Amino acid sequence: MDPRARRGVPSVTEFLAMGGYAAYVWTAYGITLLVLVLNVAAARRRHRGALRRARELDGRETSRKQATVRQLR
Amino acid sequence: MPLPRWFHLLGSPPFVYRLASKLGPWICAAGCLLLAVGGYWALAVAPPDYQQGEVYRIIYIHPQTAYVGTMAYVLMAVAAGIGFVWRIKLAHAVAVSAAPIGASFTFCALVTGSIWGRPTWGTFWAWGDPRIMFETLLLFLFLGYLMLRAAFDDRDKADRVSAILAVVGIVNVPIIHYSVIWWNTLHQGPTLFAEGGPAMTNDMLVPFLIMFAGFTFFFYWLLLTRLKGEIVERERATRWIRELVAGSRA
Repeated sequence: MDPRARRGVPSVTEFLAMGGYAAYVWTAYGITLLVLVLNVAAARRRHRGALRRARELDGRETSRKQATVRQLR
Repeated sequence: MPLPRWFHLLGSPPFVYRLASKLGPWICAAGCLLLAVGGYWALAVAPPDYQQGEVYRIIYIHPQTAYVGTMAYVLMAVAAGIGFVWRIKLAHAVAVSAAPIGASFTFCALVTGSIWGRPTWGTFWAWGDPRIMFETLLLFLFLGYLMLRAAFDDRDKADRVSAILAVVGIVNVPIIHYSVIWWNTLHQGPTLFAEGGPAMTNDMLVPFLIMFAGFTFFFYWLLLTRLKGEIVERERATRWIRELVAGSRA
């Protein structure tokens, strides 16, 4: 029989101890979670940065056009 | 036979940008939910392994991240190849977006494998082990692709040259997959596609598959987000991008 089924619900300490393999299991899961979070941050930063650069380009061109219009007047 | 309309639409940056914006939140929600449920199931519900005890729980993240990394490479190579042959810029944008995500998942697979190797094989790393070496090569192919691109100022040239590297590198993918069958290696054999069906009982197989789905959805959400950034970067001089940024500024 599965030892956990006999014991019922394992305690939190038991769960965290991972049968003595806590360092391995939690490090592996922790690094994977960290990589996911960093990926989200990087992908969003890339999207926002591109939008910002497009806005700056648009702003520069608009002000250049306005300057030309002023000169022509 | 004329190509269907949606096929042409898939080459249109504004259409794909809007599609990505619409689908993104749903794919993100699906990925996060599956990873949360699967993660809890993997760590707290699934029974311990009769040989490896609790440390086997790395099996719920290690093959999944390795699979997503490999799938990302295939996607990148196919997209880059399509971009190269038919000169579709959007296809190159997809390839560029997949590369850093694929690299990071491959990195995860190597690190989690290394951590798992210490208690089970007695070593973090084994030089000369085919599975480990070809997986490491996959990481270097991703990084090589990105570094090669960075060497060009001209984006079109970077797209074309890096596409060749991406396509050639795809030979590594089947080698990774079959390395544990072709050679005698420390790495254990396939679990899911083992001879005679999955080498797992259902109480382990269900979270195992949920984690596969979760990482896959999460990957596609990251891909769509990066692709949106890439599209804006490449199209910033066009009218629709100006309207887009003007709309977001107001």
